Amino acid sequence: METARKSAQDRLDAMGLPQRRDEYWKYTRPDLLTTETVDAAARLNLDEAPVFDAIDRLKIVFVDGVFDAGASDDLSLGGVEISQLKDAADWADDLYGTLEENGQSPVERPLAALNSAKATQGVVIRATGKVPKPISLIYLRKSDTSDVMLHHVIRVEKGADLTILENGPAAARLNSVMEVDVADNAAFHHVRAMGRDHERRAATHIFGRLGTESTFKSFTMTVNGKLTRNEVVLEINGNDAVAHVAGAAMGDGDFLHDDTVFITHDSLNCESRQVFKKVLRNGATGVFQGKILVKEGAQKTDGYQMSQSLLLDDDSQFYGKPELEIYADDVLCSHGSTTGAIDDEAMFYLQSRGISKVDAQDLLVLAFLAAAIDEIEDEPIADDIRSRLEGWLARRRD
Amino acid sequence: MLNIKNLHVKLEEEDKQILKGVDLEIGAGEVHAIMGPNGSGKSTLSYVLSGRDGYEVTDGTATLEGEDLLDLEPEERAALGLFLAFQYPVEIPGVGNMTFLRTAVNAQRKHRGEEELSAGEFLKEIRAKAKTLKIDADMLKRPVNVGFSGGEKKRNEILQMAMLEPKMCILDETDSGLDVDAMKLVAEGVNALRGEGRSFLVITHYQRLLDHIKPDVVHIMADGQIIKSGGPELALEVEHNGYADLLAEVA
Repeated sequence: METARKSAQDRLDAMGLPQRRDEYWKYTRPDLLTTETVDAAARLNLDEAPVFDAIDRLKIVFVDGVFDAGASDDLSLGGVEISQLKDAADWADDLYGTLEENGQSPVERPLAALNSAKATQGVVIRATGKVPKPISLIYLRKSDTSDVMLHHVIRVEKGADLTILENGPAAARLNSVMEVDVADNAAFHHVRAMGRDHERRAATHIFGRLGTESTFKSFTMTVNGKLTRNEVVLEINGNDAVAHVAGAAMGDGDFLHDDTVFITHDSLNCESRQVFKKVLRNGATGVFQGKILVKEGAQKTDGYQMSQSLLLDDDSQFYGKPELEIYADDVLCSHGSTTGAIDDEAMFYLQSRGISKVDAQDLLVLAFLAAAIDEIEDEPIADDIRSRLEGWLARRRD
Repeated sequence: MLNIKNLHVKLEEEDKQILKGVDLEIGAGEVHAIMGPNGSGKSTLSYVLSGRDGYEVTDGTATLEGEDLLDLEPEERAALGLFLAFQYPVEIPGVGNMTFLRTAVNAQRKHRGEEELSAGEFLKEIRAKAKTLKIDADMLKRPVNVGFSGGEKKRNEILQMAMLEPKMCILDETDSGLDVDAMKLVAEGVNALRGEGRSFLVITHYQRLLDHIKPDVVHIMADGQIIKSGGPELALEVEHNGYADLLAEVA
């Protein structure tokens, strides 16, 4: 792994940290993610059960970015091998930094290289069969100035089925990388709820490689946070594979959420789908940069990309940059990006039935986000996410 | 029940006067109909009473059981017992019909200081009422009015009315876009709600709806005023002779 870290450092040195003038960072200022020192981010005191609390899962807990064995469950479970990054088996040693490196072209992702060069904490997961319950990564915080790097290496072997959950406040500044290698006929599901501390910053990368007839589905919910840059970089290498990436974000005030997605189709008859929804108010900013690249010969590709934002006032902003780049001639690709306000007609209709203005607005906000949440395949997990959003909308008024 | 005096209303954006002094008094349990040509101000009256944005009341009053309506939010008017069945019910993707109705019923109960209905109680009530309106379980589950046919939308309006049990119901061209059978079904739904002191204001172009929902009083509206009021026979007169004679008579 030292070799991989060294070569990641070389990559980073060659490309340098992201700068404001970089095209890929046009809408999101990278400085908060790259400063030497980290500003404190106050921790929210929440008197509510954490997300996924009611879901039967295997818990792996990190406190300020360090694995906490005492707080975690016993890591032995059927159909899966779990270890810490420092104890990585040979296969993980080989995979570490590989998908990240593949994802550096055609667009550079220096923060991911930085992570590969420096991270020492994370989990290594190898699913060999149908894993009976989700593996839940929980990121707790005790320090106001925690600066955390996590690097997870995951391989879902042929025919295996794995669900990963992620939640928790994580850090004042989080840099995380997840490399996921999904073998033929394997399925990977990922549901994440980002931390809700108002001043926290996060740059996350998910690098995925998909084999033949494999499935990759990832959903992220973001509520609060000063700055979030979530990059998902997928390479579809096997025929008949399916990749879905979705996100629901809700921001109020000093909030910037950036979804940057790059999906490369390099095989036959594959489907990819991006569904991102953002609700913004009081000057919050949303960014979406999504790309579908269909390589020569990747015939019968079915690519779909939808990014929508709902602006609840005139101060909020949304920047969308949807891109398609297609080198095959028999493909179906569609994309859409919309920005709009709450529908006055619908508001009046709801109010005329006795529903108060705030309740009516909440109903319409949840309705707007519904299409992204519907991308979560597991119903109990999707319901958990839905009820969180309802609760948080209600709580915001107190 | 509903008392409108000298109501003057203009469009906020265009500075255009739509209602030019409407007087109307509807007693408890009465059914009144308003007929009139296009652009006479019938729909504006229904929107102003229910509190839609975009209208400015320049003069006059409107009260429901003595309570001034015009300064209230739409939801407060609803909680007082006012209900508008929309001419064009709004589609709301992503909000389940059932969720919508339960939220509405409980919001009104809460507003009135009554206890909220439990999920079980609500379900029992809505199932019974949906059945009489031939609204199936699937329609209750679907998003509000999304993909509903014209008839389904109007039946859904009547279902909402039945669940909310308002005191004063305004039906804005509920017959538009309905075939004879659908209109009959809707009328039956309305008639089932008559009584118990509940009042209705039925706005329509055509007399045929009034064959099914028999009014006590018929008003003719033209150019922002009620120009003539009478019994059900007035509707028949319109049906036979059109509005031209009536308008000429007044002029």
